[in-house]
Amino acid sequence: MFLTRYFSEIAEAVGSLLKGMRMTGYYFTHHKEIITQQYPDNRATLVLPERFRGEVVMTHTDNNEHRCTGCTACELACPNGTIKVVTKFEVNAEGKKKKAVDKFVYHLELCTMCNLCIEACPTDAIRMAQTFEHSVYDRSQLTRILNKPDSKLQEGVE
Amino acid sequence: MVEEIGTTDKGELIINVGPQHPATHGVLHLVITLDGETVRKVEPHLGYIHRSIEKMSESLSYRQFIYATSRMDYLSAHINNHACAMAVEKGLQLEVPERAQVIRVLMGELTRIASHVLWWGAMAMDIGAFTPFFHAFREREMINDIMEESCGARLTMNYMVPGGVMYDIHPNFHRRVKEFIAQFKRKLPEYDELVTGNTIFRARTRGVGVLSKEDAISYGCSGPTGRASGVDCDIRKVQPYGIYDRLDFQQIIGTEGDTYSRYLVRMQEMRQSLHIIEQLIDNIPEGDFQAKTKAVLKVPKGEYYSRVETARGDFGVYLVSEGGLTPYRIKYRSPGFSNLSALDHTVRGQKIGDLVAIMGSFDLVIPDIDR
Amino acid sequence: MWNLAQLTDLIHRWLYETFPPAWALAFEMIIVGIAVIGLFAGLGLVLVLMERKVSAFMQIRLGPNRVGPKGLMQSLADTLKLLVKEGMTPDGVDRFLFNLAPFIAMIAAMLLMAPIAFAKDFQIWDLNIGVLYVTAISSLNVIAILMAGWSSNNKYSLLGAMRSGAQIVSYELSAGLSILTVVVLTGSLQISDIVTAQSNGWWIFKGHIPVLIAFVIYMIAVTAETNRAPFDMAEAESELTGGFHTEYSGMKFALFFLAEYINVFIVCAIGATLFLGGWMPLHIGEWSAFNGIMDWIPSSLWFFGKTFFLIFLMMWFRWTFPRLRIDQLLNLEWRYLLPIGMVNILLVTVIAILKWHF
Repeated sequence: MFLTRYFSEIAEAVGSLLKGMRMTGYYFTHHKEIITQQYPDNRATLVLPERFRGEVVMTHTDNNEHRCTGCTACELACPNGTIKVVTKFEVNAEGKKKKAVDKFVYHLELCTMCNLCIEACPTDAIRMAQTFEHSVYDRSQLTRILNKPDSKLQEGVE
Repeated sequence: MVEEIGTTDKGELIINVGPQHPATHGVLHLVITLDGETVRKVEPHLGYIHRSIEKMSESLSYRQFIYATSRMDYLSAHINNHACAMAVEKGLQLEVPERAQVIRVLMGELTRIASHVLWWGAMAMDIGAFTPFFHAFREREMINDIMEESCGARLTMNYMVPGGVMYDIHPNFHRRVKEFIAQFKRKLPEYDELVTGNTIFRARTRGVGVLSKEDAISYGCSGPTGRASGVDCDIRKVQPYGIYDRLDFQQIIGTEGDTYSRYLVRMQEMRQSLHIIEQLIDNIPEGDFQAKTKAVLKVPKGEYYSRVETARGDFGVYLVSEGGLTPYRIKYRSPGFSNLSALDHTVRGQKIGDLVAIMGSFDLVIPDIDR
Repeated sequence: MWNLAQLTDLIHRWLYETFPPAWALAFEMIIVGIAVIGLFAGLGLVLVLMERKVSAFMQIRLGPNRVGPKGLMQSLADTLKLLVKEGMTPDGVDRFLFNLAPFIAMIAAMLLMAPIAFAKDFQIWDLNIGVLYVTAISSLNVIAILMAGWSSNNKYSLLGAMRSGAQIVSYELSAGLSILTVVVLTGSLQISDIVTAQSNGWWIFKGHIPVLIAFVIYMIAVTAETNRAPFDMAEAESELTGGFHTEYSGMKFALFFLAEYINVFIVCAIGATLFLGGWMPLHIGEWSAFNGIMDWIPSSLWFFGKTFFLIFLMMWFRWTFPRLRIDQLLNLEWRYLLPIGMVNILLVTVIAILKWHF
């Protein structure tokens, strides 16, 4: 019958609307469900997973030694031309000329954090750091030289 | 092409929807012709975020070109990468270890759920309900955290390498996924309560934007959009890849082809993906996570094609190699482009509010269309 | 205790004793004007903050919590920002109408304040056709929206304005019918009479189910009339980007925004007055002890409590439901609300004639 259908339609519609309202009402009254992270405030307790890829850094020991031999494997592996390894020739103790890294230039603004350079590195000289706050006022600050000044190649790394 | 500002001879209004418009979820530009509230014609204009990924890939090595596909359909980045890795593996005739296969599928299904969850929120927002969007992000955040822990990134993971995956899964992975399964099972009924059962939502979607099976096939619609019209186009079933032929799951096929049916197919797919994850999470085999490969990959001369089912549909990679260090030509078949082409046909004669609802139900990701 | 009438009387007497009657009247009007504008500003700030907090909690987030303690100063900061923003007038707009529209919206909202009883004997103007006045003035709002939409020279705005026109014109009918039920029961259009008639119980309890239905219809209709979700056709953020106020910025936008919230407050205040007894405390029949306790709570608190409850209800709707389509919106009115409302008013008339209500 028309009227019964008419009213059952209304009843069903109102029922479904009340269900939705019960849902939002539940969340309105249960504040423990809130998932907001108050980001800049929780910076101290913020834990990023160790695999998180934030930027490429070069590991240095306490003696200011790194493991980069300047083989440019990372430069070749990079899809974006983010890394530029400038090499120089060093004369070692035996008087032999040997290729070494002069400047490890890293363009953070080009990097897509794809991790291919780290995979390619034969000596584990570079790794991904967990930093993620990369905003700067000047673009030139995003071009970084990763090997520290006067750093040396670690002994035994070929 | 019509004049973009003004009216037609018949007094119809021509409106630019986009490139900046809340409903297009990106930089899609639609020129729509309106007769009052009724949409007469929709003309998509593309190219606002064309980055020529295909051409770019020609100068990248076989290890490198995979990462760029994450930027196409960023919501199913992992599945896109899977297709690329598979194309290279086909060329190299690499045997991928079982563990890597399982991890790939697990991550792929997690990605699918994350994508569908986001779509659910975005579609509800298109229709005018804002709250579901935030609720959707709660579950999506859990998946993102899992991804972050194991893959190192939240959205563009780049976890695939030819021959396997980049690292082994994180020790916490098992526990985290278990937590997610429990949470998601608890929250899915809430999704239904909030949106699916809502009478306004049903009125807005039922019988709106019907795409018949014939049209879906002729427009090349795939994924949930095609399946809602009754096309059995789930690549995981039709042309199984990875370990999908050994898994127990259903291909969800709708009948109506309307917006509501597209909605239901996606909702059901989330449950199916969850089912797949449940099967695999306790049965990850031991072994290598990556096959031994040479440092420099050289795919033998030939043509290779691989296709996967992304969250949006049939994604294909056509790889032509001349035997060099880089691909000779790469062609991507992206699901979004074909699905978008059916939009005009579907929307004609509907109201302007329906246009938004239909676009939401197509689940368009604009970088996937433009590449 | 807490009698605001004494305060108004005091001011009234003092003014008339010290000044000639014409001046005194003028001063009274100025005082009322300042009070209304002050109330406006205050309500705007409170309601915007309330909306943001309510939506935040429903959406499992925290909402504004940075400006001031617990974010209480947030809307003040927003207002300051809107004040110093450039009020842009785009090229090609009808300048006169474009600049006039926000003020019309504002004035229409302000006029509605007149007959509302905020507390016992605390009313700007207790005119004898109070309810009729409210229904008449509340439809002026559509003129402002149409004006804004038309003059903006923007197709989205035009579409939004036209939608709003169709919507408000049709929903006025159901709102009027449901208001009429209370008028029929009371037998008066005067707000003070309606409130006094509820001294032994609110109409929503006294009037059986028909008044309950009328209340539900009233809530739906006024939600539509104030252009709020799920009936926010005129704005329809995801469809029309902003509807009639797409082109507005700065203080002109703020006036529209404020007018919307004031309209929400007023329709809820009217709803509270008609169905929930306005400032009348919760009285149950002849239970004088219980009624006495209830009288202890100041009447203004009762009024604002009820009004804010109804406002919360409207916010609850807004943050739960999806938006209707324009044809479904009109369907809802003409196929459901109006027929039900008509049958309902018949029932109420029968109840009123046979004195079946309590």
